[in-house]
Order: sequence, then structure tokens, then C-alpha cells
Amino acid sequence: MKKDIILAGVGGQGILSIAAIIGTAAIESGLHLKQAEVHGMSQRGGDVQSHLRISDKPIHSDLIPNGGADLIISVEPMESLRYLPFLSENGWLITNTNAFVNIPNYPDYDELMETISSFRNHISLDADKIAKDIGSPRSMNMVVLGAASSFLDLPYSKLEEGIKIIFGRKGEKIVEANLEAINVGREVAEQNK
Amino acid sequence: MKKLLLLGNEAIGQGALDAGLSGAYGYPGTPSTEIIEYIQRNPEAIEKDVHRTWSANEKTAMESALGMSYAGKRTIITMKHVGLNVAADAYMNSALTGANGGVIVAVADDPSMHSSQNEQDSRFFAKFALLPVLEPSNQQEAYGMPRLAYEISEKYHLPVMLRITTRLAHSRAGVERGKVLKENEMHLPENKDQFMLLPSFARKKYKHLLSIQKDLEIESENSQFNKYTDGSDKSMGIIACGLAYNYLMENYDECNFPILKIGQYPLPKMKIEKIFRDCDEILVLEEGMPMVEEMLKGFLGNPKIHGRLDGTLERDGELNPKNVRKALGLPKLSSKDIPEVVAGRPPALCVGCPHTDSYKALTEALKEYGKGHVFSDIGCYTLGYLPPHNAIDTCVDMGASISMAIGAADSGFFPAIAAIGDSTFGHSGMTGLLDAVTQKSNVLIIILDNDITAMTGMQDSQVNGRIEQICEGIGVEKEHIRVINPLSKHHEENVKVFKEEIAYKGVSVVIPRRPCIHVYSKKKRK
Repeated sequence: MKKDIILAGVGGQGILSIAAIIGTAAIESGLHLKQAEVHGMSQRGGDVQSHLRISDKPIHSDLIPNGGADLIISVEPMESLRYLPFLSENGWLITNTNAFVNIPNYPDYDELMETISSFRNHISLDADKIAKDIGSPRSMNMVVLGAASSFLDLPYSKLEEGIKIIFGRKGEKIVEANLEAINVGREVAEQNK
Repeated sequence: MKKLLLLGNEAIGQGALDAGLSGAYGYPGTPSTEIIEYIQRNPEAIEKDVHRTWSANEKTAMESALGMSYAGKRTIITMKHVGLNVAADAYMNSALTGANGGVIVAVADDPSMHSSQNEQDSRFFAKFALLPVLEPSNQQEAYGMPRLAYEISEKYHLPVMLRITTRLAHSRAGVERGKVLKENEMHLPENKDQFMLLPSFARKKYKHLLSIQKDLEIESENSQFNKYTDGSDKSMGIIACGLAYNYLMENYDECNFPILKIGQYPLPKMKIEKIFRDCDEILVLEEGMPMVEEMLKGFLGNPKIHGRLDGTLERDGELNPKNVRKALGLPKLSSKDIPEVVAGRPPALCVGCPHTDSYKALTEALKEYGKGHVFSDIGCYTLGYLPPHNAIDTCVDMGASISMAIGAADSGFFPAIAAIGDSTFGHSGMTGLLDAVTQKSNVLIIILDNDITAMTGMQDSQVNGRIEQICEGIGVEKEHIRVINPLSKHHEENVKVFKEEIAYKGVSVVIPRRPCIHVYSKKKRK
């Protein structure tokens, strides 16, 4: 078993929480893991990415080779495309469709969506809206993780366990909200596959 | 035992704690910050009350650590590569005083300059100082190396550098813990002149340092971290230092070339000679500058050695699976291009950042003088150079804003303005301010006080709550130390304050004070 995943977004959007939950789930499943993330200057509203590698064998590189990623999971539509050079031929692109516009030259939204739709293997969903609809707008990232959950080859229960471990210290309410968000994300993705 | 999921930096922190650490010193700097942050929140470190507060700068950190070593305890100093420049005086001289309790100098280099103003390679500094270096290739080694570092440090009475680079510093993996060692008992150096560098003593100590280089080389020769793996194909031998080893192995299911993996310096000469003798060509893979390659190639060059110097690899920037693959002569992996629709998204000041309002007022106050008057510094506020702010003009090193403004003012340039953050002011700005006061320079110093060291992720600022008193103590006239509130509703009065202090012929300090919005929102949530 081997999964190479690029997580993408803008600094502050919560991709490191996604990474932490998948990572915890992988370790709980007894797998090897390497996860490279971005700290420092880029976290101030710049593009951020995390290379997440899971395998039942030891992993060498902390970075995924070009054309090697099985998945790109993105919490922002334009950012989902920035890391395409890493995606493998049959890899999947899973992205939030809600644009985070903090630059003056943000591309035309329709053109962006057309580009995403041109990939055969893609799942796109408005995770911000879904999170708002269930009353926890801050759990947008978990909705996206839910949409990606069936591609991870990890038991869903381990992801739930990961959420309980990672958000546990923030209280039962937050855990419940995030568990609901990942579940809704999973259901929406199943319907749109 | 269950594995811990740790960043490379956190693994170093845990490794040092488990190897009997008594005190950690450092100044925050990407990519080194998480070593001390990890120690700060570690329950065992808290229980043992391991020293773990930030120092004013890397030099004071290094010197404090030497003091702890003098008392016989094990210590670690952490910094980013450019921080070693600040600590250089202490570091270079610590090669002569050496250590009593074990000393680790953990330096995180930032090739490709993800969050830095240069990409200097700290191994050169260690070579310059004639001190040993350990360089992990993965998180487990990062955990294990502090133990070895303390053994070497106490055996040879020398500080040991632990060098990592961005990718390992900020990458997580499962780490298995080893036995937890007790802290050293307090004991002063056996030799009471050990830390006395009067010239007559220093000369002897330097000769001693030179004389033990051979022993350090033998340590490297026998080190588990310098591993020679033979291969059947001798057309090429590969020397892979630290993290580079991972990118090499990523590209092979099985590598038939002989490989020398380097994780401990000075270089193991016999092992290097062997791979050099056995193989037709040598490829050197090292993260950072071509240090090993240059040593092997020599000034006149040896066409057999390949790496960054002959273009087999790019001369600058960090390694990755792709550029190492190219250097190995393997076929390119097929991959898609980035679609044209994707625009760049550089980092920017956050929405609601106090610096934005400070810069807006300053820029308006400076309108009549034209562009090019604001010397700035290292921190979030450096992003004020970028549009839409376009508010500052320079960024060189910690504290340079004030000193450069002084020099420009000396040339007759007017107005000469420095914009520096509160933490940077504490790190290296106060001495510059003393120069300004002594020389009665015609400068305006703006200390952007957001209550925190923001860029590196919210560490305490040493000067918090004391900035006015510090400025007054250094000798700035009280009526020219002015605090403003950088909010848009105060814009007009803030512009007026800036204008008045620009007009004042002498040293004036304006302190725009408002907490970083991340500090503010955190407090609000509590």
C-alpha cells in the first residue's frame, strides 16, 4: 500500500489539520508516514502545500516526485492546479470550489472551473457552503477531507479517530462538528463521483 | 513502544531531552523555531524545569549555553543559519574554550530561501571553526543524533553542530524513543583555565584544537552515520550528505552504484579515498552549498567530481527528487504543466494587520519627500515592500534598519527613517539606537510594536512592555518618544505625529502599538 498526497491551500485555511488527521490515522493503522509542510513566511496568506506520503514500506524522500501523487486535496480551487506537475497520470483532483481571493490578479472564475472540469478524475464541491449549511463554517477543511476519504485507503473509522485525537483538547462540541463535516463531505462526494 | 509523530525539529527537541538536556537557548527563526517550541510545551521538560525561554538574540543564547556548559550541564542552542552569523563571535571562540557539559549548536539552514534572505550553508562555519558536525537524513536520526553529539562534545570538550535544512526541519515522521538519560550533575571544568582565552592560553588551546582534528576524523570514520554501501557498478560512486540520501534512494528500487552516506563531519578521509579510488566518476549530492564537492575537487579541479560546480546539479536552491534524478542521468518522469490560469500568490500582510495602518500613515507623511526613505528590517513588516503598501525600501539583516538610517543621515540624506519590529529591536536594534543617540543623528525610528514575534509563529517578544523605558534609558528625549494607535480611525493624527517627528532634527522614536491580529483574536476567543 502506498499513497502520495499533495494537500494545497492558502496559509491559514487549515490544510495542516487535514494533514494531522490523515497522519494520525495512518500511524494508528501501523503505516509509515512522511509529511512535509510549510512554516514561516508563506503562511502569511501565500500559497501553502503539504506533501503527505503513506506506505506499508519505509519511505525515503519527504517530497513526492514529479508525476507521483495519487491525490491532490485542495481547500481552494486555484491552488488545486498549482501542484498538477506532481499528479500522476491516473491521479485524482479533489477540491473546494470556493475561491479565496487575496490577490488583485485572481483568474477568471469560470475559466478556472473549466480547467478543473477538464480533468476526468476530479471531484469538486463548495465546501465552505456545505460547512455553513451544517452550522460549522470553520470546518470547511473537514468537508474537503470527507470528500477525499474514500481515496485514502485508510479505514474511515481511523479518520474519525484522528479527528477525536487532534480536536479532542478543543472540546466535545468541536469534535462533533468536525465529525459531522467529514461525514457530509463524504456523502456529497459519493453522490458526485 | 508506540512511535511519536514528530517534525525533524521536534525530533531534535525530544532527542536532546532524552539525552539529558538541562537548558535550551535560542532565538526564533524559520526553519529552526519548532525545536524550542517543542521543548517549551513538552510535559517532561516542564516537570524537570528544563530552561526553555527565548533569548534576546542568538549571541546571548550561545553565551548563556556556554555558561550552562561551564556548570557541567548539557545544553542546546537553536537558530536559523543567519542566526549563526549573529552568534559567530561566541561560536568561533567556543571552539577554543570548548565545552564542559555537552553543547549542541542546532542550526537550521534554508536552501531556496523559503523564509530567509540568503542560503548560506552552516557546515562552512563549522569547518572554519574546526568543529564537528552531525547532519541527519531523517527524523529518526534527528532524534538519535543529540545523544551522540553530547558524547562527542563531552569526550573532546567541544561544541557539536547539528545541522538540518528546511525539508527535514518541517517534515513529520514516526520516531521511536530510546532510553531517557539523567541530567548531568553540576560540575565545574576540571581545568580551571578552560574558559579563559587570554592570548597565552588561547594559543595553547588553538594548538590543541588543531591536534585533535585527526581524532575527530577517526570518529567520523567509525561513525554509524557515515555508511559505505558497495555496489557492482563502479562507473559512478555517489557521496550523499544528509537529506540528499533520501532523494537518491527515492530514485532507485535498488542502486547498483557504491554509495557513501555522510552524516558526520569532519569528512571520513579513508572512506572518501575508497569510493574515489574504486569508481570512475564521483557524484556529490549535498543540500546547500557545494562544500564537500569543492573539497574533493580542489582549486585546480578534478574532472572526475560532479555536482553543483560543473552544472550536474543547479548551483543554488534545495535538492528534490526531480533535480537529483536528472543528476543521476535517469529519464525524466512524465508530468503535467501548471495551467496558465494559475496566478502567483505571494505572502502578504494579513487583513487587519496593524502594520498596514502604520505604513499607510507613514507613506502619507512622506509624500512630499518622494520615494526611498524607509530602511526596514526582518519580520512580517518586510512584506510592506510589496504592493499595495510599497512602504519600505530595504531589508538586510536583523537591526540594519536603524544603523543604515544613521549612515544615510550622516551623508546628509533627509529624511532617514527606520522601521523595525519590537522583537527585532530587542534582538539587534538597541545598540543601533545607542549609536544614533551618541551621534545625535537626524533619524526617525519607528518601532512597530505588535506585542509578539509574529512571523515565526507568535513567540514572546523580549522588549514587551518596556520599549519606551528602553528608548529613554538609551537617551532618546522623552518628548520625542511617541506612541500611536495604528487604526484607520486615527489616521489623520498618526500622519501628524509622523510629520512632526520627521521635522525634528535629532533622534525621535514613534511606536505604533497594536497587537498582531492573531494575538488579538486568540485573546478574544479565550
